[in-house]
Amino acid sequence: MTPGLIYALTGVALFALGLAGVILLAQALRRILAFNLMGSGAFLVLVGLAQRDGGVDPAPHAMVLTGIVVAVASTALALALARRLAAGGHGDD
Amino acid sequence: MNAPARLAVVGFALALAGVLAAAVLDLPAAAVDLRAAVAKKLSASGVEHPVTAVLLNFRGYDTLLEVAVLLLALLGMLAVAKPEAAAPAPPAADPMLRTLSSVAVPLMILAAGYLLWAGAHRPGGAFQAGAVLAAAAVLLHLAGRLPAWASPSRVLRLGLAGGFLVFLSVAAILLAQGALLRYPPEHAGTLILLIEAGLTLSLGLILAGLFLVLARRPAPPRAGGGEEGKS
Repeated sequence: MTPGLIYALTGVALFALGLAGVILLAQALRRILAFNLMGSGAFLVLVGLAQRDGGVDPAPHAMVLTGIVVAVASTALALALARRLAAGGHGDD
Repeated sequence: MNAPARLAVVGFALALAGVLAAAVLDLPAAAVDLRAAVAKKLSASGVEHPVTAVLLNFRGYDTLLEVAVLLLALLGMLAVAKPEAAAPAPPAADPMLRTLSSVAVPLMILAAGYLLWAGAHRPGGAFQAGAVLAAAAVLLHLAGRLPAWASPSRVLRLGLAGGFLVFLSVAAILLAQGALLRYPPEHAGTLILLIEAGLTLSLGLILAGLFLVLARRPAPPRAGGGEEGKS
């Protein structure tokens, strides 16, 4: 078992943990965190698989770099929405 | 959610983890060796680091759209933000934090410049440099030296969109020569540096904005709502 494979399997575990969290948790903030955990798991799978046989494949690394930035942006937007939801006063949050 | 349903979800997640792990373990070697393809074209990309070459040359349109996504997220945040009370003067922060910010922020700006320059031949680049700049802005805000954003001024808007506009104009000019973001090899290095410099500034501002828009104080609660953190 190479280190890259261990990273990928850890990513799989994080993804499943995050998925369960998204379904099971009730609060918006916790769901956002769980969703982020799913994203981190997916990134870890990509980065791990990119280096499983010796050298490092730069294409998945560039994809993960793009993905991290998009994840930050979507998290911030989700937080803004959650905050608006909490401050809105009506609605079934 | 009742207990059997929760249990079913946990079981489903465990089963999914098992299936995914089996798939990862069973995955055959990549059919196309991208490493060799990237290494072969690296000399024509204008930079020496493969990840930067993939990001800004071989798959430049991914990066272009990514910056657009960031900008859209910030616009969305500004759109859903409640019209709030005028941002009050930031609270007097503790003197340790103020001192730390005056020592750390110049160094962080220096580090951002280094990361931007280093991106051409080692790990680094516009996104890392922008993240460091944004962290500097967050530190300044926490130290009470930078107010949260109410609504960005005209200059700030130009700074936010500038990196994307530089990238887009380079893409549009190159489109006249036949293909989106296919740099002429002799100018590739200069164009990538130009794009990365613009992106560093804009990404720093956008990422800082994602924090500073959320950092605004809510308006004093009105009757019937406005409780923070009630979700």
